[in-house]
Amino acid sequence: MPAESFIKKYLRQRVLPTIWCGGCGLGTVMRVIVKAFDDLKIDQDKLVVVSGIGCSSRMVGYIDANTVHTTHGRALPVATGIKLGRPELEVVVIMGDGDGAAIGGNHLIHASRRNIDLNVFLLNNGNYGMTSGQVSPMTPHAHYASTCPFGNLEHAFHLCDMVKSAGATYVARTTTFHYMQGVRLAREALKHKGFAFLEIYFQCPTYYGRFNKMTDAPTMLRWFKENAVRYNPEKPRELKKGQFYIGKLWEDNTKDEYTDLYCKLCNRAAEMVRVAK
Amino acid sequence: MNRHDERYEVLLSGSGGQGIILAGVIIAEAGISHNLKVVQTASYGPESRGGASRSEVILSGEDIDYPAVTQPDFVIALTQEAADKFAPRVRPGGSVLLDSTWVEKPPPDVQATIASFPLTEEASNHFRKPLVANIIALGFFAERNPLLGPDEILQAIIRRVPSHYRELNEHAFAFGRELAGRKTA
Amino acid sequence: MGGAKGRTVLLQGNEACAMGAIYAGCRFFGGYPITPSTEIAEHFARKLPTVGGVFIQMEDEIASISAIIGASLAGVKSMTATSGPGFSLMQENLGLAAVLEAPVVIVNIMRSGASTGHPTGTGQADLMQSRWGTHGDHPVVVLAPATAQEMFDLTVKAFNISEKLRLPVVLLPEAVVGHIREAVYIPTEGEMEVLDRKRPDSYENLLFFRRDENGVAHPPDLGTGHRPHYTGLTHDEDGFFTAEPGKVNAFTVGLNSKLELHSDLLTDYREDAVEDAEIVMVSFGVTARVCSHITRSLRKKGVKAGSFRPRIVWPFPEKRLKQIAQNAHTFIVPELNLGQMRSTVQCAVGQDKRVVGINRVDGTMLTLERTLEEVKKVLN
Ligand SMILES: Cc1ncc(C[n+]2csc(CCOP(=O)(O)OP(=O)(O)O)c2C)c(N)n1
Ligand code: SF4
Ligand SMILES: [Mg+2]
Repeated sequence: MPAESFIKKYLRQRVLPTIWCGGCGLGTVMRVIVKAFDDLKIDQDKLVVVSGIGCSSRMVGYIDANTVHTTHGRALPVATGIKLGRPELEVVVIMGDGDGAAIGGNHLIHASRRNIDLNVFLLNNGNYGMTSGQVSPMTPHAHYASTCPFGNLEHAFHLCDMVKSAGATYVARTTTFHYMQGVRLAREALKHKGFAFLEIYFQCPTYYGRFNKMTDAPTMLRWFKENAVRYNPEKPRELKKGQFYIGKLWEDNTKDEYTDLYCKLCNRAAEMVRVAK
Repeated sequence: MNRHDERYEVLLSGSGGQGIILAGVIIAEAGISHNLKVVQTASYGPESRGGASRSEVILSGEDIDYPAVTQPDFVIALTQEAADKFAPRVRPGGSVLLDSTWVEKPPPDVQATIASFPLTEEASNHFRKPLVANIIALGFFAERNPLLGPDEILQAIIRRVPSHYRELNEHAFAFGRELAGRKTA
Repeated sequence: MGGAKGRTVLLQGNEACAMGAIYAGCRFFGGYPITPSTEIAEHFARKLPTVGGVFIQMEDEIASISAIIGASLAGVKSMTATSGPGFSLMQENLGLAAVLEAPVVIVNIMRSGASTGHPTGTGQADLMQSRWGTHGDHPVVVLAPATAQEMFDLTVKAFNISEKLRLPVVLLPEAVVGHIREAVYIPTEGEMEVLDRKRPDSYENLLFFRRDENGVAHPPDLGTGHRPHYTGLTHDEDGFFTAEPGKVNAFTVGLNSKLELHSDLLTDYREDAVEDAEIVMVSFGVTARVCSHITRSLRKKGVKAGSFRPRIVWPFPEKRLKQIAQNAHTFIVPELNLGQMRSTVQCAVGQDKRVVGINRVDGTMLTLERTLEEVKKVLN
């Protein structure tokens, strides 16, 4: 199959193929993200994509933009420095669920709180893929992982609710089964001025699937399809066990964005100095 | 001056909020305008919020290597605790200024000229501002130290205090200089 | 300073540090409050917005060092300041800065003790941590100022070294240096050398991390049309991960070679009367000011004593100490820790020399009296 033009344009052909397992959802996620880049004609020279550590975070190596592969959990504060240093750049953050919700969880709530103009794609496979399937803060209760062989005692975060209450101004969720929706939401997130958060469920058949009796990608995709409920703010529904909302969950365009506020602060401060002289 | 190493050391002490650090900074800045080398250090942290606070100034014509007071030439103590602790450390023949508002018992066995005035009380009575006790002390210091002239110290005060308090501080400083001319109480 | 038109003002060491940074072109500060470093953050908070720079208080020290790395990659000279507990939190990404070859300056105003320790006490016990705190072989340069003036001057120097060699530089003053107030000469613009990283217009075959003849790579700033890939993984000259043993080796050796290739730039010490000295006091920071006071008075009494103070403590100036050791038979190493520099000095001067430590870990500076006593004991 010949690669579509947007794939050619936004991926570094010289470093493909990816390191990901067969059936892994990250290929689909990457397609979703670069399709949204292409739809919005984002200038690659002004695009910075920052990630942490994990299978998900490896994505930045393949994207033909300015890319920074940092340390586990630290993509957000590095991205914060980049965005504040050069506010005119488009800064996108890609991280795994361990990256964003465990080791980097504190940064996630604080970046949300600041409402800084970053676009965060949190790729959630419900476990630690890169280190071979340990439990993560997003592993559902009673599910299995290599470090909870008797079932997970803990409960997963409601990440979208969390970042919303922390101050994010765009929040959405999708899955690798819902490709078209994913592209639409990714576009919205990229266009949003302020902290935009898109959680993408993706299948990790190699570990999560194997530990939870869903050994292939189609089974896992079916699981997404059967449990995803489209969110309609007019008609909230009682969710059954295992079900989750997908779609745009929250948008607030009334709150000032951080780099804008900072810019104004600089003008005020410079003016005060001028007057004092 | 300490003859062995050409340094002149001032130790100011009191409790947090008495403007000890500011007074030290002012002496140091006056020292700079006199082309001297200066070092000013302070005890800080919880101590600067109410406890005993201390501010040290070293003035010298040469580079100052060791940055702490070894044996002060001039001690200013605004509380009893400060007086007990630091006045006995003064160099024989040096000077000590005590605020008798708070220092009821001047420490014995101090081999230096001790001057004792109710600085805080005078500050309240004359200027309705007990806080300028430190500036009064600086006026006294200006008359009794061998290095810095009153004008250098006054200019340093003016540079440091808010302009709307300038006059008040000038008066307090003048008052302190006048005290230096009086016989000690 | 003949003919200089700058101004001399009374400054606290921490203020002088922040002012030196701004003089050197620092326009980004990310930090988290901690005694005794906080005045640096407060100075930046007031000043950076007035010069178009960015001040941000981050959620912790991990975020702080992360943010300055990000800003540096975006082309902005960046710095953070902290003390022991925060410096410990920064260690992982100090390594990231070294591997990304991101120029950053990290100020660690040393307090006293392990863990929370004695927050308002002074100490020098992070000497080894500053060099070896993060895992893996990595280059880092560490400067130890002893005066408020050096807090200004060496901060400028720290930025120059970090920009020129593209590596993290640590400024390592004791709490006393952070808080001391002394006359500081502030040079006029252009009076003191300020270096900026090289920014090549083009790169052959997208080899952004290829080292030049001086061993330094000059990867492009983000958003300047080159589209580099930065990673903390071992990487090839193109910036992408490699696990090939030959290339992994080349990467680690190349990265670390920067220190040796620039040993001239990275040797900076002050010495006094060491040429014919039989006894040499070696120390850094404020502690060294006590030593030079003592050795000078010993000289007056006819003792052949001298003093030696590295201003760049890592790389350690071994070469010079070896030369000094040709005459000297005894080295006295006072420090506010239990012997971190002492062992380094012993290595440098050889096992046959007498190297004696004077160690103090009570949160206070070395006093003249007690140090003199200890020195006399060594002399007898
Ligand atoms: C400080 C630190 N701790 C642990 C690791 C090991 N580690 C690498 S990736 C990873 C988890 C990755 O999980 P996630 O973020 O969910 O990404 P995924 O691989 O599932 O996409 C861990 C624990 C590390 N690299 N750094
Ligand atoms: S381990 Fe899981 S997440 Fe990682 S590449 Fe394989 S399938 Fe994908
Ligand atoms: Mg994961």
